[in-house]
Amino acid sequence: MSSYTRTAQGGAIDRTKRLKFTFDGGTYEGFAGDTVASALLANGIRIVGRSFKYHRPRGVFSAGPEEPNAILDLRHGTRHDPNARATLEPLADGVVLRSIHASGTADRDRLAFLDGFARFIPAAFYYKTFMWPKWSAYEHRIRSLAGLGRVDAAGRAASAAHRHAQADICVVGAGPSGLTAALAASRDGKRVILAEEQPELGGSLRHRETMIDGMPGDAWVSGAEQSLRGRGVEVLRRSIAVSLYDHNVRALVQKGVPESANDERIWLVRAGRIIVATGAIERPLLFANNDRPGVMLADAALAYLCRYAVKLGNRAVVATSNDSAYEVALALRRADSAVHLVDSRPEVEIDPTLSASVRGAGIDVLTAATIDAVIGSRGVEAVTLSNGKTIPADLVAQSGGWTPSLHLYCHAKGKPQWDSLAGSYRPGAPVPDVDVVGAAAGIWDLDAMLQHATVAAGGEVREAPRSTIRVKQWTAPSPLPRGSTKRIWVDLQNDVTTSDIELAVRENFSAIEHLKRYTTIGMGTDQGKTSNVNALTFLAANASRDIAALGTTTFRPPYVPVSMATIAGPERGQLQAPIRRLPTENMHRQEGAYFRDYGGVLRPAWYGGDEAGIAAECVSARNHAVVFDASSLGKIEVIGPQAAALLDFVYYTPMSSLAVSRARYGLTLSEAGIVADDGVVLRLAANHFVVSCSSSHVAFMAGQLEAWRQDRFDLAQVFVHDATSHWATIAVSGPDSKRIVAGLELGIDLDDSAFPHMSVAEGTFGGRPARIARVSFTGERGYEISVPAKFGAQLWQCVRDAGAAPLGIEALGVLRAEKGYIYVGQDTDGETMPHDLGMAGPRSKRQDSFIGDRSLFTPAAGKLTRKKLVGILAEGNTPIPVGANAIEIIGGRRRGIGYVTSSYVSVHFSHPIALGLIEGGLERGGAIDLEHLGQRYKARIVPPCFFDPKGARLNA
Amino acid sequence: MQQFPCPWCGQRAEVEFRYAGDAGVKRPGRDADDRAWAQYLHFRRNAKGPAQEVWIHTAGCGRWFVLSRDTFTHVVTGSEPMA
Repeated sequence: MSSYTRTAQGGAIDRTKRLKFTFDGGTYEGFAGDTVASALLANGIRIVGRSFKYHRPRGVFSAGPEEPNAILDLRHGTRHDPNARATLEPLADGVVLRSIHASGTADRDRLAFLDGFARFIPAAFYYKTFMWPKWSAYEHRIRSLAGLGRVDAAGRAASAAHRHAQADICVVGAGPSGLTAALAASRDGKRVILAEEQPELGGSLRHRETMIDGMPGDAWVSGAEQSLRGRGVEVLRRSIAVSLYDHNVRALVQKGVPESANDERIWLVRAGRIIVATGAIERPLLFANNDRPGVMLADAALAYLCRYAVKLGNRAVVATSNDSAYEVALALRRADSAVHLVDSRPEVEIDPTLSASVRGAGIDVLTAATIDAVIGSRGVEAVTLSNGKTIPADLVAQSGGWTPSLHLYCHAKGKPQWDSLAGSYRPGAPVPDVDVVGAAAGIWDLDAMLQHATVAAGGEVREAPRSTIRVKQWTAPSPLPRGSTKRIWVDLQNDVTTSDIELAVRENFSAIEHLKRYTTIGMGTDQGKTSNVNALTFLAANASRDIAALGTTTFRPPYVPVSMATIAGPERGQLQAPIRRLPTENMHRQEGAYFRDYGGVLRPAWYGGDEAGIAAECVSARNHAVVFDASSLGKIEVIGPQAAALLDFVYYTPMSSLAVSRARYGLTLSEAGIVADDGVVLRLAANHFVVSCSSSHVAFMAGQLEAWRQDRFDLAQVFVHDATSHWATIAVSGPDSKRIVAGLELGIDLDDSAFPHMSVAEGTFGGRPARIARVSFTGERGYEISVPAKFGAQLWQCVRDAGAAPLGIEALGVLRAEKGYIYVGQDTDGETMPHDLGMAGPRSKRQDSFIGDRSLFTPAAGKLTRKKLVGILAEGNTPIPVGANAIEIIGGRRRGIGYVTSSYVSVHFSHPIALGLIEGGLERGGAIDLEHLGQRYKARIVPPCFFDPKGARLNA
Repeated sequence: MQQFPCPWCGQRAEVEFRYAGDAGVKRPGRDADDRAWAQYLHFRRNAKGPAQEVWIHTAGCGRWFVLSRDTFTHVVTGSEPMA
């Protein structure tokens, strides 16, 4: 029988609204105003999960974002959060909860036996043990034993919106300091945003006894909230400031957004000043079995009692190193628990009034004493003390001092400073535009806190709210266990004990960054909020080092876990990487095209049914005529008196010598001399060129032209304009193409003497402007006709009606490979230079400057063993896969000498053909061996052009 | 999350810009020796602290400009058109 019960009265819960929920299959009931954690506790549930490594039973430990244990798989309607923090999640009707880590249920975990092997599996055990043959052989099984909640791949991802906001001042945390700062900041009409991680404002005022301006804490909070709303302050609840970025931007994650269809919202707030009032987190004490269910932070025990009316035991031991837990002991006593107060300080160091107040309430006080160990495995049954006494107990409420929450200050590159009196860090030198106030700044006295926050927010001391309650010693350094051989937990979430730290020190992993990675301390999803300072203190004592010199690990955003779906927000799928579409897409769909994504453009792969159609398309191209949609090819206009000079610089192939009305194939290089793109340049007039680059390189080429234009040219003398999407380009190719194009009545002379291969002319199509380029990518006579985008479908239809068959990209790939036409990026790699492709002319002839010029003459560029483009003809009828390695065997040793870049079965030759980059290229000649996935192939190296090497068909 | 002052468009969000390398890198002529060319291609200061960088306002005016900023504190001290 559990000792956790709901008290008959009290708490900020609404007892008229009952909410049903399930946990590990059992059905329970809570009230509106409960968190998931408080509802579980109120139902007497001690064990809410299992630990990460040893599968020890674990209970709720805290009441805030620092929770290391109560992380649950939560489903509510269509929402699924595999790692919900029970302490931050408001209870809702119909919530379905499951424990994580456990194999079975939290109560009965089939892997609980692992704890019996604990002494054989200390820190770094995995790295030392699972070495042979390799870690990956074990990784899958070990990871399945651990690893938090599981994402449901078929489920709905959380929906999230992103909101950008501006403010003069953004206050984080709505405890006494945050509320005071927001009040002072909003006084003269400044725009203020106040964010609070809990559903309710007030922070510690919600459960600690205080008086501010003569009012009890909760009454003062209500008044403050009303004033803030009256002044138009944006008050955000359940909103955690997860990170602070450059130029005063902070990211807030808001959960359960009111009046919104979204589960969460990210607020990106750019604020003139940021006031960090994030408070402090209580530190646990170090004693044996301090991870047992029923051992929790003292402040959390108080919060559960006062806010949620949950009494967590009848026999409490309150263990402390400071004054802050005395109030907890008194509250538990008032709730009719037997209370023992164990204070590590000697009697003389304790304020006599404080001491008298607890003794007067009937609390047994032991001073200069600490807990040695907890007895009980599934919950607290008793505690043994340092003086040898044993006290029966069902709750241990502990306070080892307080750690200011400095994450945001650290995100802003603030350097925390060790405070030896408090035994923790406090903010060091100020950071521009960031003020840390309240407990986060290491200020513990309420009155001092209110004054400080008022001044930080631009107010005057006399305007500050006043409190008469004085705090003596709120926090103190963590007391350390003395030579215990029992297991003492430092990090609950990652199952790290003091002996793991001792082991790390023995093995010389005693630098803080090494310790963290060796033991995984502080690397859980709680980021060590309750463990980091204890780990540092214990490490310093163990390694006999000065704690102030140890330093801290780096605090990185986010402060609490944020799901990837929330970070992505609406930027998913088509909104994240929209596919580009052809203006004629519907036309192709009617033709039965099968579409694929080619470099970000959705284009027809083939037409009518399956891949068998590819061969038929190839036959049509060689024997009759085909029509191909080339609309996505680049159409970048370069205009002006210096247009030719710009193109000469950007292209390896000179363009100023190109005659008007002619087209030229060219390569562009990177400054390293590597082939970056190929394409055709059309010269429409002396000062007007169109760059027709590869579909997937349009943005790159437009950027490249613009970059060099601005770097080297007179901006008034040359312009670059990307008009790609303005035009639809329909290519007609094949022996019959001239007849078909003639039928379109484009108003140009198609006679081969007037319009030979590599010509361009401007005409009209149905009264609209049309540009006709006689170019070819199939090896057959060909015409590319560009018309304004919305007339593309009409042009396509006319060409089809005249008898051309549709051609998809896959068939085009075969046809171009038969001709040895390359795809840059597929048939070239990060080392390919133009002379490796057989285009050495400009390299040897050009004297002027162009991109990559000097790189073509480095020692590496001149090597005879460079990989060069070749054709590869397989012996036999088996195609050689793309990626197959060409190998050379010298003296029994194998060496790779290149690889296959493109491979097809040529329809024309009824034989496999391939292109490849091979060391030495054609000059090495003759037979080569290739290998792919253990399969050997024999082939011959031939020139890359297999079909019509003289180009007779281009002109015929 | 930074904001940069484009010399033509004023203060704009970081996402509108693209980084384009160190400012002041001079392109050698074709007569440069291998070492000078390699310096131009591959060697950069990678400063921690004050730096001059070339940025392009891709989602705005499309112009290249020189931005002066501290790579450690991310404090921006100014911007000017390309020389």
